[in-house]
Amino acid sequence: MINDKYYRRRFVISGIAIGVVLVYIIRLFYLQIIDQSTKDQADNNALVKQTIYPSRGLIYDRNGELLVFNQPIYEITMVMRDMGKEWDTTAFCKSLQINRAEFDERIADIKDKRKNRGYSRWTPQVFMSQLKKEDIAVLQEELFLFPGIQIRKRTLRDYTYKAAAHVLGSVGEVNQNDLDRDAYYARGDYSGRDGLEKTYEQQLRGEKGVEVLMRDARGRIQGSYHDGELDRTAVAGTDLHTTLDIQLQMLAEELLEGKIGSAVAIEPATGEILALASNPAWNPKVLVGKERSKNYTALLQDPTKPLMNRATQATYPPGSTFKTIQALVCLEQGGITPNTLYPCSGPQSTPIKCTHHHGSPVALDRAIEQSCNPYFWCAFRDLLQKDGYGKDNEDFRHRYELWRNDVMSFGLGQRFTDTDLNEQSSGSIPSTKLFDKAYGKTGWKAITIRSLSIGQGEILATPLQLANQAAAIANEGYYISPHLNKNDSMRIHRHDLPIRKRHFEVVKDGMHRVMVYGTGRHYAIDSLNMAGKTGTAQNPHGKDHAIFIGFAPVENPKIAVAVVVENAGFGATWACPVATMMMEQYLTGEVKRRDLRKRIGSAVLNESVKKW
Amino acid sequence: MRASRNGNIWQNVDWITIGIFLVLTIFGWLNIYGASYTFDQTSIFDFSNRAGKQFTWIIGSLILGGILLLIDYRTYDTLTYFAYGAMLLLLLATPFLAHDIKGSLSWISLGPVNLQPAEFAKCIVALTIAKYMGRYDYKLRTWRDLIVPFALIGVPALIIMVMQKETGSALVFAAFLLVFYRQGMSGYVLWMGVAAVALFIISIRFGAMPLPLGTGSVGILTCMLLLTAVEIYFICKEHPMRWQALILQGSVAVIYGISLIVNIWIPVPFDWVSMGVVVALVLYNVFVSLYWRKYMLLLVAAFTVFCIGYTHACDFVFQKVLQPHQRIRIEVLLGMKEDPAGAGYNVNQARIAIGSGRFFGKGYLNGTQTKLQFVPEQDTDFIFCTVGEEWGFVGSIGVLLVYLFFILRLIFIAERQRNTTTQIYAYSVASIFLFHLTINVGMVLGLLPVIGIPLPFFSYGGSSLWGFTMLLFILLRLDAARMEQLN
Repeated sequence: MINDKYYRRRFVISGIAIGVVLVYIIRLFYLQIIDQSTKDQADNNALVKQTIYPSRGLIYDRNGELLVFNQPIYEITMVMRDMGKEWDTTAFCKSLQINRAEFDERIADIKDKRKNRGYSRWTPQVFMSQLKKEDIAVLQEELFLFPGIQIRKRTLRDYTYKAAAHVLGSVGEVNQNDLDRDAYYARGDYSGRDGLEKTYEQQLRGEKGVEVLMRDARGRIQGSYHDGELDRTAVAGTDLHTTLDIQLQMLAEELLEGKIGSAVAIEPATGEILALASNPAWNPKVLVGKERSKNYTALLQDPTKPLMNRATQATYPPGSTFKTIQALVCLEQGGITPNTLYPCSGPQSTPIKCTHHHGSPVALDRAIEQSCNPYFWCAFRDLLQKDGYGKDNEDFRHRYELWRNDVMSFGLGQRFTDTDLNEQSSGSIPSTKLFDKAYGKTGWKAITIRSLSIGQGEILATPLQLANQAAAIANEGYYISPHLNKNDSMRIHRHDLPIRKRHFEVVKDGMHRVMVYGTGRHYAIDSLNMAGKTGTAQNPHGKDHAIFIGFAPVENPKIAVAVVVENAGFGATWACPVATMMMEQYLTGEVKRRDLRKRIGSAVLNESVKKW
Repeated sequence: MRASRNGNIWQNVDWITIGIFLVLTIFGWLNIYGASYTFDQTSIFDFSNRAGKQFTWIIGSLILGGILLLIDYRTYDTLTYFAYGAMLLLLLATPFLAHDIKGSLSWISLGPVNLQPAEFAKCIVALTIAKYMGRYDYKLRTWRDLIVPFALIGVPALIIMVMQKETGSALVFAAFLLVFYRQGMSGYVLWMGVAAVALFIISIRFGAMPLPLGTGSVGILTCMLLLTAVEIYFICKEHPMRWQALILQGSVAVIYGISLIVNIWIPVPFDWVSMGVVVALVLYNVFVSLYWRKYMLLLVAAFTVFCIGYTHACDFVFQKVLQPHQRIRIEVLLGMKEDPAGAGYNVNQARIAIGSGRFFGKGYLNGTQTKLQFVPEQDTDFIFCTVGEEWGFVGSIGVLLVYLFFILRLIFIAERQRNTTTQIYAYSVASIFLFHLTINVGMVLGLLPVIGIPLPFFSYGGSSLWGFTMLLFILLRLDAARMEQLN
């Protein structure tokens, strides 16, 4: 137009348009290039990662018998929005055998946002969980009647035998600690809580898979994302082959019924644990599924402490079974020779009396056979006093230290660190420090610690350590840390004892004599060529503990056993028969002595031991 | 000569604009398909979904555009005032014929389709304004010359806002301010508009915020300081004696300084201090203007007084006049309320959708946020989210640049007119498109409050598409005839 004095304003208006677009481009640059938070927020919005649970590895015994497997359990989910008007609540309750009040209560729980934060009318909500197949059988057939209802499958542990609960352990829901420690877990996951399930959790659990799904603004699943490009399939857990012999394990548990005690069997050549029984125990099935927490609490409150694995966690004075080690250490360190003789005055002996009647003087083989207390006191004393006491008790204390080191080389007084047993106690072989503290450096002599000579006093050992000790003697100078995984080559965990092989002959001979002439003779089976040593451990809790260690056959030992029956009395009476029957079972495949088996198995020594 | 000028309409029409129109419409249509795309969807032509319906609207708009081009250009001029009258009647009648759709009474049901008369009103108002202001005897010289144009846009805007409860559609009429500006309205009006918005934001956003020192509120103090600055600026500009102005500035600074020091012992009501300063300056202004006969300064004083009133009125308007949902939208925008599940939901989801598109976007039909319907109204007012998510930064600025080119092209067309009426109409068209673009994209990007107006050619909806088609193609028809038109 002509004479347009506002001509320039076209540039202002164009400038406004350019300015607006420029501002918006800067804003877009911020939102789409600089701000990184939106990508995650978008994924959180739209993507649901649905976990695919792998099946947990199975557990077998050494002969390939299935011990632990998976059972399917079911949970019922409902999508509220899909439950129409004609939905028959009464029929639904009937098919699940619940009443209307329970139904209403569960629905109220689901809808309660405080209890169920992820509630949405459009997504499946868990209505009931951990149901058995029989619980959902009726519903499954009538499922078409109830729109919105889904049955989902998960797995729980199940057990072939009612045995080995302590060893196998159990599986339970992960706690906050696990969640913090291991990013693998999510709330509601299961993991091994104790026993083998815990030790081999990584191997057994496998690897969870994931399915990335898209959900819309209302929470409805709309199919897989990127055609499943990001999905991962679940990897099933690896099976675990254990060293257990389930028949032997069940026998041990049967024989311990009605008593508090434990029995451990080891294959000496390999350190493989054949049986690890602790009583009172429980049926592993009670710690599975929805009953788990209730039963766990009950077990926790049982005064007989069934949850404690006595085979590895309880410590006892080894009593006379310790004489085998005493003999070996004294021989090795030059305190005695096989020909050394000591006099025994029977019950009149001082400072320790002999509880058996035998000729005097005695040599080592007979002393073991007859469990002669004075002999081992003298041997112990002579070893410790070999160099005299010296200035400030130095030489004596040094001798004691040497003695202690050799004793501990049997695996006593410490936990087995290179093994797959989770719950262990270390037991105790008292240190010079302990005595220095109690009596002063110069205040203790051989006579002060005389009880150690016969496995009493401050010495404490677990049944597992006792069995390992038996295995070490059977092997004539070494042991392999006791373990439970058959596939694990534990040969690298060989521990050689600082005791020369020739010394074992006389001790093994003595132990053999125990089973022929001595305290074990009543329950020995001659054809199996057993060796053993009974023990009767005095303790402040009442009657003596009955203890037995042994192995068989003597020439080529296949099994080493330790049995402890608490407050039962003589080792020969209660522990020895259990051990010999276990050897019989393992070596011959059966227990021929049916009457003995029945008598021992049904004997109730402790009224409060419950059967779970 | 006349023969060549009066040539075939298909030769004279501005094909570049038609090209941009087609590009925007078709790209918009693809994005509507993307936004309403669900997993069981079959085809973009499936008439049960919105993309399919939009396709019919697009075909309809092409036919409409063709018809508008074929009509003799003089017809529009002839019919303008009749159309305006008819439009007013229709707008008045609409609330009584309408069904309530989300609180709005602007939709009339015509068989299977719903029409929104307000969308067509823009075009008719633009024609009317153009015709009125394009007369030979009309010259924009004083405020009085703007009374009729303001009435012409004000009446339909009020009807739409009050009776139809469509605030967004009514606000569009503010776009005509740019047209008036081009025709000679003072630039101060635009500045005052900006200042009014700024003052509004300051007094709302910081109004209730207590001062960290003394008593009073951040909002009032800020407004007062701004007014002090304006006063001093004008006094210095108009003052005959500069040293007096310096004394004035100095004494203001001293007053604030003393208040700050006193504040150490006694809490000073800073609101009142600054109020006193402003009032003193106003009085001084009045005195100076009367004494030196600089009456311009009287206007400045009046403006300041008005502003003080306005600042205090803002709160009243905000609390009492605005609807609760409008209030919350503003509060969310200004960051006064976090409400990601409620009023802030749209904006937050829009931000997530656009932001997650990153540089190249997620690819067409691959946008999870839009496909899974996290963004409400994503195929209508929030369609730009789909662009942002699926086409990324590249696609978004592409669309914005095409729009910019479109608007600049319209301004170019406006400037080549020899007929004032057509020029005014062309500026109206450009301003309306610019307003829609600014408000809609600004809202989606979280820079402006949520005001429900469509993105031209992109948003789903027949009425808006046809409304914009009418607006554009009448311009194209008039432009094609520019050689024939008498100046």
